[in-house]
Amino acid sequence: MLKLILRRLAQMVLIMAVVSFVLFVIFDSDKFKKQIAVAELGGFAVSALTEEDYRAWLASKGLDVPFHERYANWMANLFQGDLGHSFEKNTEVAGLLADRLLNTGILAFWVFALMIPIALTLGVIAGIKEGSPQDRVTSFISVFFTSIPEIATAIILTVIFALGLQWLPAKSAMIGGWNWQELVLPVMTLVLYDFGYVARMTRASMAEVMTSQYIRTAILKGIPRNRVILRHALRNALIAPFTVIVLQLNWLLSGVVVVEVFFQYDGFGKMLLEAALFGDIYVIQAGTLVAVFVAVLSQIISDIGYTFLNPRIRFN
Amino acid sequence: MAVTEAPLPRPALVEILRSTKAMGTLLSLVWVPLTIYVMFPNSVPDGIRDSLLIPSIPAVLILYAVGVHSWRESRVAVIGLTLICFWLLMAVSAPYLPLADPNKPIMPFAVPGAERDGHIFWLGADFKGRDMLSRAIWGCQRVLVWGVTATLIAYIVGTLFGLLAGYLAGWWDEIISFVANVFLSFPVMVLFILILNYLGPSGFNIVIAVTFASAPAVMRIVRGLTLDIKQRDYVLAAQTRGEHPFYIMVVELLPNARGPIIVDACLRLGYTTVAITTLTFLGLGLQPPDPDWGLMIRESAGTAMLWKFSYMLLVPALSVSSMILGFNLLADGLREMSLRD
Repeated sequence: MLKLILRRLAQMVLIMAVVSFVLFVIFDSDKFKKQIAVAELGGFAVSALTEEDYRAWLASKGLDVPFHERYANWMANLFQGDLGHSFEKNTEVAGLLADRLLNTGILAFWVFALMIPIALTLGVIAGIKEGSPQDRVTSFISVFFTSIPEIATAIILTVIFALGLQWLPAKSAMIGGWNWQELVLPVMTLVLYDFGYVARMTRASMAEVMTSQYIRTAILKGIPRNRVILRHALRNALIAPFTVIVLQLNWLLSGVVVVEVFFQYDGFGKMLLEAALFGDIYVIQAGTLVAVFVAVLSQIISDIGYTFLNPRIRFN
Repeated sequence: MAVTEAPLPRPALVEILRSTKAMGTLLSLVWVPLTIYVMFPNSVPDGIRDSLLIPSIPAVLILYAVGVHSWRESRVAVIGLTLICFWLLMAVSAPYLPLADPNKPIMPFAVPGAERDGHIFWLGADFKGRDMLSRAIWGCQRVLVWGVTATLIAYIVGTLFGLLAGYLAGWWDEIISFVANVFLSFPVMVLFILILNYLGPSGFNIVIAVTFASAPAVMRIVRGLTLDIKQRDYVLAAQTRGEHPFYIMVVELLPNARGPIIVDACLRLGYTTVAITTLTFLGLGLQPPDPDWGLMIRESAGTAMLWKFSYMLLVPALSVSSMILGFNLLADGLREMSLRD
């Protein structure tokens, strides 16, 4: 087990090294340097610059340093906990990253807090009896909501609750300080999009457990049906959904760019999009490393959790 | 009782149409003209271009009839197929429907039902005065063509590497799997944004971005299937015959892995469509002025945040939702049917 985790972590470090190197190569190209210049000085100013002035500007930003030197510097700083400086926001990357991660964390917390109970309840209800009307209805609801893309859910909810009923604000930029009301629509959008997937996984797992021998034995022994479901079936049926839920962490971190952009919520995904559009290399580097870290970590957690919850699986 | 030889029944028309060859012909009859029409509008003379899509209309209808007939046992699959074929039919018949020019500004902010010069805006007009109904119908052309092309290419690349990794194993597997892992641990959106930002936003670059993002996942699925199938006796028989590994991969392994691949392709088509719409919304995908659902959302989100004009957001949102719902329901139905067998 320990060996497996170490192997995974080693692979993660290797992947991070490859990813950061590739990103550096991409963003070190002349095209992206020019893009930063255009974004900062304006298109006309850049086209009016002489070659010498442009070089001076590059030097002032520290962009004229040869590639390998820059990469080595960045690596060295990284190990000292210095993530570099954002060109676009003109702040330290570490502070910006922590701020945005906190925002996305709050969003993710509420999505999980609502999505997990809803999805598990629906999935269990559907899976208790495969093919029954309750199964058909809940399964259809799950497919239906998962099929509506996040952007469409966001639009429909905004039109209903913000533009029509005017109960909630349409944007979540939090301009006037932190406002819980502004969090409702993004959370609702993500819950509606995501619960169907988890519910379907729970349903499949529950349905499989309900057909197994030990459940039949328990029912034939005369144990009340509710007790069989709560005591015997649920324990095994909730193992598979657990791994799926942990893997949603990864999606919530960086897969929700659209929702954050649509509602103008200052989260991690929006930061990455803005940085990529601006060519803000240090922000992208830091953000991508965090994303890769969370992706691999959530995989490891889900694997470990699976082995702990399911004693039939043991890694040798 | 004398055993009489039953007369061999003539194969029904449906059976003929269900054959792989007929289906392939019909699909290409829809696909090729539509692709040429959308991707290379200037490569064919105007006269041909105007009538290019006419043969596709009956082809879509026949495909729909055959599909309904063969999947009639699953209601979910038929509903999904109906939604997909509806948009497919809209895509191929858009030039022949009595619609306003989707790019012509007529009456800005016309609400649904408004009328000007005898032209009724059934779904209203956008902030520039372009007819929403016409834009919604024309918009599905681009989404369908780019979405399916991107998925197809991602599948070809992914399947090829999956077969290589699964069948040859050893170093091939190690290297291909590591590269796939690198791509898979990239957040999908970051990958899309990086590639499109680097190459510049356009339809062809979307195809490249989708290939990079989807092919590793496809490769994993195909690799898993290959690992399972290559243990079978018929593969051993082919190896004993001394067939070339490439022959075994394409002729022996691939056809036997097609079931799960088709179901996954259906789901992935949905993802790709969402991805294209989302990227266009973020400003990284298809470019104006031609109508596209993501673009319509992008433009309206900046100009029409009012209850009165909410139709501008709802029309493209509902259109794209219904198409994705079609793909997902079809995949669901197909999976259900394959499990039943």
